[in-house]
Amino acid sequence: MSMLENISTFQNLIYIASSILFISGIKMLGKEETAVKGNFLSALAMFIAVLITFIDPKIEVNIYLIFAGIGVGALIGSLIALKVKMTSIPEMVALFNGFGGLATFFIAWSEFNSVPDNAFQYVLIMITTYIGGITFSGSIVAYGKLSEKLKIQKTSLITKLFTTIFYLSLIYLIYSASITYLIPPSFDFFTILLIFTLLGGIGFVMPIGGGDMPVVISLLNSFSGIAAAFAGLLLTNNVLIVAGSLVGASGLILTIIMAKAMNRSIGNILFIGYASSSSNSKSEEVGEVKPINVSDAYLILENASSVLVIPGYGMAVAQAQHVVRELGELLESNGTEVKYGIHPVAGRMPGHMNVLLAEANVPYDVLVEPDDVNPMMDTVDVAVVIGANDVVNPSATEEPGSPIYGMPIIEVHNAKTVFVLKRSMSSGFAGVQNPLFFKENARMLFGDAKESIGGLVSEFKE
Amino acid sequence: MEVYALLGFVLILSIYLGLELISKVPSTLHTPLMSGANAISGVALVGALVLGGDNQLQNILAFLAVTFASINVFGGYLVTNRMLKMFKKK
Repeated sequence: MSMLENISTFQNLIYIASSILFISGIKMLGKEETAVKGNFLSALAMFIAVLITFIDPKIEVNIYLIFAGIGVGALIGSLIALKVKMTSIPEMVALFNGFGGLATFFIAWSEFNSVPDNAFQYVLIMITTYIGGITFSGSIVAYGKLSEKLKIQKTSLITKLFTTIFYLSLIYLIYSASITYLIPPSFDFFTILLIFTLLGGIGFVMPIGGGDMPVVISLLNSFSGIAAAFAGLLLTNNVLIVAGSLVGASGLILTIIMAKAMNRSIGNILFIGYASSSSNSKSEEVGEVKPINVSDAYLILENASSVLVIPGYGMAVAQAQHVVRELGELLESNGTEVKYGIHPVAGRMPGHMNVLLAEANVPYDVLVEPDDVNPMMDTVDVAVVIGANDVVNPSATEEPGSPIYGMPIIEVHNAKTVFVLKRSMSSGFAGVQNPLFFKENARMLFGDAKESIGGLVSEFKE
Repeated sequence: MEVYALLGFVLILSIYLGLELISKVPSTLHTPLMSGANAISGVALVGALVLGGDNQLQNILAFLAVTFASINVFGGYLVTNRMLKMFKKK
């Protein structure tokens, strides 16, 4: 064996070791007790893989450019990671996702310029370009939507235009991949694919609404991994394939969990949305809502022996997580049992509520999932709904015509009393009226969630 | 072509392994898992290092790929760690 082959074999062995660390890392990341260590192992795997790549004497790219890139990337990445507010995590994850996709997009583009020697490599280049590019521009649109910098109606003309471009880009990809076996793609041909891909990604995410964001963001997460895995095929690099596939799998699992929590198929979320089905169901309001003020709410809470808090996106918007924790502590010192009912799709990304409550120092073992809390709902004295709507809508269990019928919910209407903290009577993301508000046991506490809870907190302190 | 068949096999097995390993993730960890996985997808950095450097365009593309992958790697691991440190048991 020549010297070069020896180095390459050694490198591949280290890549295998790194892959094993990645696998153990992501496994440990899935359990509370080991998650911190898992994240560290995966970072170690990354460090080893990058370091061993440098021993290759065949590195062709200007080494100063490489170090400059790593330096700039490390600086920007670390700054964002350490400065970001916990309420902005969804859009930050979307942004990082997009950057991962963009990196593979550039990798595939560069490989095209290395003049591949067979048609299969061209096909791999095209697929990698496509997945990477869609991940990038789709994530940027998701970032815009999550940070509320981008507000576009899903029925608007521009949305329809971009959605059409998305389908065209898919057709163009299939066409160019097939034709490659007859003639190698020209430079112009590939350039059109680059442009199509970036515009297509915009059209992929643009029509998807805010409440469906947990699904989209998980799916883009999965795509960024698949893109890296395909880049690994292209470069015949095993650590890229293994690590990329793991990310693809974990994103896919989250996507499935989110879709199940909405009782909808992934296809329905991506390509249809709620709009088409909401017209045939108009639940008539029965009775009147019963408002309650802070001091009356306090009196009921003071006498409650068990309280369940159900947070939703409204809590994130009002940044109310800290006062919520304060109220929870006051209730507990008053002898009340306090739990938090967390619906998987509450908020704008998987686990959104869990992160916010963790930031406010709420221990994770008092957070309960719908399946665990629903059977004992009748023992709950007061259910406090903070800025959540669709995830507590009883239409999902009672009204077969409703667009959200069949979606698993937190059945707060079975609690003895329900407080609903809400700004106004507007409906939730799904555009469905919520019969919960008109139930006999429901009391509406109108106003900003942070102020209302703050009011309760000061009542308790007096 | 044989090498692609073999690597394709690795790809399928790894996805399957991933699905098995993470299928029962508690909802508390949904966000950290996502951002931790996100950091792992920055492994594209390894790919960016071995790109061709024949001309100026390729050098620029490699520089951009390295930069964005590095943002992903450093940002992803740091923010995941920051988040996980917040999760406490009673």
